[in-house]
Amino acid sequence: MRLPVVPAHVRRLAGPVVGFGVLAFVLAWVAYKAFGGGFGSQGSLPTFLIVLLNGLSLAGLYFIIASGFTLIFGLMRVVNMAHGSLYLLGGYIAWSLTAHHGFGFWPALVTATLVGGCVGLLMHQLLLRWNLGQDLRQALITIAVSIILADQMLVHFGGIAETISPPGGLAQSVQLHVYGLQYPAFRLFVLGAAVVLAIALWAGIRHTEFGVLVRAGVDDRWMSSAVGTNVQLVFGVTFFIGSALAALGGVFGGTMLSLAPGQDSTFLLSSLVVVIIGGLGSLVGAALGSLLLGLVEQLSTIYLPSGYTNYSIVLTFALLIVVLAVRPAGFFGGVR
Amino acid sequence: MRGRRAWVALERTLAGGVLVVAVLCPLIFSTYFTSAVGLVVLWMGLVAASVTFLAGYGGMVSLAQTALFGVAGFVLAKLSVEQSWNAWLAALAAVGVAVGVGLFFGAIASSSEGIYFLMITLAFAVLTYYYFAGVPTFGAHEGINGVKPPHLLGDPVLHPTRIYYGSLVCCVLVYLAVRYVRGTAFGLTLQGVRDDPVRMRALGYNVRAHRTLGFAAGALIAAMAGILSTWSNTRISPGSIDLTRTIDVLAVAVIGGLYRLEGAWVGAFVFVMLDTYARGISDRFETYIGLIFLTIMVVSPDGVMGLWRTVSRRIRGLRAAAPESLATPTEERA
Repeated sequence: MRLPVVPAHVRRLAGPVVGFGVLAFVLAWVAYKAFGGGFGSQGSLPTFLIVLLNGLSLAGLYFIIASGFTLIFGLMRVVNMAHGSLYLLGGYIAWSLTAHHGFGFWPALVTATLVGGCVGLLMHQLLLRWNLGQDLRQALITIAVSIILADQMLVHFGGIAETISPPGGLAQSVQLHVYGLQYPAFRLFVLGAAVVLAIALWAGIRHTEFGVLVRAGVDDRWMSSAVGTNVQLVFGVTFFIGSALAALGGVFGGTMLSLAPGQDSTFLLSSLVVVIIGGLGSLVGAALGSLLLGLVEQLSTIYLPSGYTNYSIVLTFALLIVVLAVRPAGFFGGVR
Repeated sequence: MRGRRAWVALERTLAGGVLVVAVLCPLIFSTYFTSAVGLVVLWMGLVAASVTFLAGYGGMVSLAQTALFGVAGFVLAKLSVEQSWNAWLAALAAVGVAVGVGLFFGAIASSSEGIYFLMITLAFAVLTYYYFAGVPTFGAHEGINGVKPPHLLGDPVLHPTRIYYGSLVCCVLVYLAVRYVRGTAFGLTLQGVRDDPVRMRALGYNVRAHRTLGFAAGALIAAMAGILSTWSNTRISPGSIDLTRTIDVLAVAVIGGLYRLEGAWVGAFVFVMLDTYARGISDRFETYIGLIFLTIMVVSPDGVMGLWRTVSRRIRGLRAAAPESLATPTEERA
């Protein structure tokens, strides 16, 4: 059956016109809401600053998690649907170590990150190593793992929301020295950690020998294997790092927000949205995607007209659609 | 040759036997079994069939089918309970809305394939869940209770026989319709798009439009399941379309086999039997489902129906190339 084909110039222009139109409208709306009341402490600027910081620190958390997701995908074309489960596992391990086993925050953080990495590595070695290239089958295998992990975590850690207590130095709020505002130190720490991590990952991939191997593997894994690289070793290490990042995100998220069953899907969703927006496999894309998602989520909770705040999830959806309309492969995605 | 004919006869007898048991189910088994197992197998098989249809004929493994199922269910509940519409009219409107949403989802997702498609439809599924869980118009976390099916289908709680037969008729109709569509120009084009989108595009076919229409057809099947489920449970809540449910439906389709339409109901039967009878033995039902899912993906990615095919080929002495399956690496397909 032949269906009409839309003319090429209409298809090319429709997306960008819609996308930039929506972007301009949203920016104007937020600016009006934030600066419309003037710049004094009576205006809406102080609230705007706090919400902006909330958005940025949430974006930092999203970046930590999504960078692991996109790293694994970029190298191995494995969509790790158990990424959200590794997030929750990392958080729960750190919580049970600090709350029940007398660990300090930092040792618990390191342990949880390493355990998360090992679980990911184990999954890769046992279930994913031998079916390289069968991407859909691998995605379904990781879904099966996520079902098992979710149920087992429910058994071991219960169904009540838990929070990890932050380390002593970061438990208080800090003075921002504008409008007399205060802000939780831990959230600022997460934001800083995300920036440091972004720089470290960028430098690691650009300037170390391992980074060269990773980039070679991304470009052409078969050729890189043919010239003598131990590709399986590179894959294993990347899977370890990617999973460890999810678990690290879990520790931060469990301290900043809380841990509960079902959050595995929440953070799997946010990782998916971040990498779909930013482009799969791209670190810069993950940073941009996290920033957009974090800001849209937080700003929409207060700048939607009252009575519509329940609809903030729809805005996340709209963000996804607008980006896909403008750039079907995400901002930094390659050709599919 | 004789062995082959005997095998086909065995397959037909088996299929016929299953159909006869399905038809006689309310008469041979207890009311409890009919409503807790029979009815659930039918509507759950129907949602899974929409996954199988999209995967088998369109090459699109979709996680959004449960969401579309929910859209139909919620619209039906809203219209028939709060706006007190006639049950048939409400059902028709609900199917219409769900197909509309399906067209919209399909139009967005149609530019992608394989795991990208899986990810985008997963995002749709989770976002739809959050929408229904957060928006008070549809009862938020409570959902909507007290949905009454039309008089023709009777009382689903006390006398599930009528709604059981109604559902069975729907399932058989969907099965026959999909078998028919397979041979039409549209069905053949869709399979062409599945096998080689680049070549189809070069031949002048609009690949995105075909994927979108195929997705809308899948939405129609999922919406019918949503109507049947809402009527037989007399309620719908966001809990019936959350991520666990979404993945359960995928598990059902995978257990049955993603490339045979009948597999959907086979998978649903395995799932519902486990759900109903394994819960008494152990609380860790989801772990078992996960383990079965994992084993099937590791051992036989084409599910129970795939195992059947392997056995039947072995017996018939055939060594023809197996049809496209999950086990084919993408790089070889391209």
